[in-house]
Amino acid sequence: MQKVFERPKSLNEKPFHYCPGCGHGIVHRMLAEAIDELGLHDRTVLISPVGCSVFAYWYFNTDNVQAAHGRAPAVGTGLKRANPDSIVISYQGDGDLASSGTAEIIHAAARGENFTVIFINNAIYGMTGGQMAPTTLVGQTSSTSPYGRDPKFAGHPLHVSELLATLKAPRYIERTSLNNVVNLTRTKRAIKKALDLQQKGEGFTFVEVLAMCPTNWGVDPSEAVDWMESSLMPEYPIGVFRDARPGEAKS
Amino acid sequence: MKVLMKGNEALSEAAIRAGATLYFGYPITPQNEVGEYMSRRLPTIPGGAYIQAETEVASINMVYGATSTGRRAMTSSSSPGISLMMEGISYLAGAELPAVIVSIMRGGPGLGNINPEQADYFQAVKGGGHGSYRMPVLAPASVQEMADLTVLAFDLADQYRNPVMVAADGNLGQMMEPVELAESYPKRFDHSSWALTGAKGREGHTITSIYLDADEMETYIHKLYAKYAEIEQRETRHEEYLTEDAEAIIVAYGIVSRVVRSAVEQLRQEGVKAGMVRPITLWPFPKAALRRLADQAKFFLSCEMSMGQMVEDVMLAVNGQRPVYFYGRCGGHVPTPAEIVAEVKKRV
Amino acid sequence: MIAINEDRCKGCSLCVRVCPTHVIEMGKHLNVKGFYPAVYTGGKCTACKACGLICPDICIEIFR
Repeated sequence: MQKVFERPKSLNEKPFHYCPGCGHGIVHRMLAEAIDELGLHDRTVLISPVGCSVFAYWYFNTDNVQAAHGRAPAVGTGLKRANPDSIVISYQGDGDLASSGTAEIIHAAARGENFTVIFINNAIYGMTGGQMAPTTLVGQTSSTSPYGRDPKFAGHPLHVSELLATLKAPRYIERTSLNNVVNLTRTKRAIKKALDLQQKGEGFTFVEVLAMCPTNWGVDPSEAVDWMESSLMPEYPIGVFRDARPGEAKS
Repeated sequence: MKVLMKGNEALSEAAIRAGATLYFGYPITPQNEVGEYMSRRLPTIPGGAYIQAETEVASINMVYGATSTGRRAMTSSSSPGISLMMEGISYLAGAELPAVIVSIMRGGPGLGNINPEQADYFQAVKGGGHGSYRMPVLAPASVQEMADLTVLAFDLADQYRNPVMVAADGNLGQMMEPVELAESYPKRFDHSSWALTGAKGREGHTITSIYLDADEMETYIHKLYAKYAEIEQRETRHEEYLTEDAEAIIVAYGIVSRVVRSAVEQLRQEGVKAGMVRPITLWPFPKAALRRLADQAKFFLSCEMSMGQMVEDVMLAVNGQRPVYFYGRCGGHVPTPAEIVAEVKKRV
Repeated sequence: MIAINEDRCKGCSLCVRVCPTHVIEMGKHLNVKGFYPAVYTGGKCTACKACGLICPDICIEIFR
């Protein structure tokens, strides 16, 4: 008998504080696996956002820095410019990246900063108690859209991968999902590709992962995956949105 | 009729009944109930709007836009978010726009924690934002005051054309107490001389804070400061508890004043002539009361949930006449009556 | 075969959902955290790793 699957070395043993069925734990593991497989542990700096994953630094035994809400891409810019040999990973949720940090992500992407952004899109705010996110679907209820997201007051959801793909500078933009084995594998592959491109100095890489938030969607974990398939994935199509050198046409 | 309400929600309902049906804000603990309450109520009110802004920077600028029309608008946040609003608050003051900003203070600096603190006193009272301005800061100490002082904040903001802050902490935001709200708070002010309502049949109004010429700028700043002098004269509010013959004067605001009240009672039982001054306006600070009490007091003790910020204003007011001491806790700890009693007895 | 660390498990049951040979079920006892943990029935596991891929809490080790 040979062990073929276990906790990656870049993660320590501390149990995750995330809710049952939360997507964060899955992506944390994939990110750590990718860091291990590419041998990047000793050069990695992980940026934790403000959100449920504010304590990501509890779990990764790489270097870590915690950033103010939305500012991670700016912090990453500072880190990478100061030490171009480092592998900088900005790990952010939808409040952090798509609300508070819209300016920071667009400009880091537009400058083509040579680091990797992992964007966890679960269409809601977790840590602060289930408020609407810029990615919340029209009609979706949340603690600040109690009657369902109304376009009159809250507009329509932001599609970050598509938005960033209008820029010429990013090297690689892909959206994936965690709903089944095929997409879990795609997610891991995308994260690993993003980090590999960073270590080769090829530019700004961005992986948006559709993830579950059973607690604030108000469903159990398996129902959360169902809802992801029935509602979230149709709104946010998975796929590669850009895979080209900076300055070149899309792909 | 009294209703049991949470502090954050009581202030929200009071604001709505005072005609503030425009709310722009961003989630941050421990004041999320304000936004969530507004998101439930405002869409059901004609002319009301709840906007969850993308950031606190956007929120305060949405307030700037909304109050330019002469309507009542507000925002709320907590420490790191209030930091983000500081440029906007300076703009509001510089453009002489009314606005109410609710600050539910939490642990800092940086991300800190979500526990209550009182370490944003400097931020609230001593600027926070850049330039020559002051901002009235009201400090509730009960859920009733969360409601009443929010209404007062709108009245002061409108009367003086200035941003006004309601500064509470996580305890007051989260606690539930019986509160009595009026059906409505109908007092309104006429802003037709300056508000942006469309220049039909009149000269266009301009809202700006730009004064390029040095003389113009200085004159304008003097005009603002004449206003602030008037506010200091007429709007300073405080409460005194057992100060008539007090030798040990404890100065505290917000939740700490509730604890100090118990400490004063305990000290009195033990024969110590203690009394409390509770500032209700942190700016303008009740200097006159402290100056008066300095004649009879042996010492002052400023009690805060911080490393000592209001204590500096106590010192300024007492002006070297008596010793001024400080006792405080940080990180979310609320001082206990026993701790305060011990501090006072140390100095007696 | 798989080994589930029942004390880390939060009973989310996603492993049960993805297992193609249905060799995982939810236990009827509570673990130390108060969750009903996932339990390996001992049946025909192919070590496909689907359970490990989806487990949000890295509870599962897989052997071939």
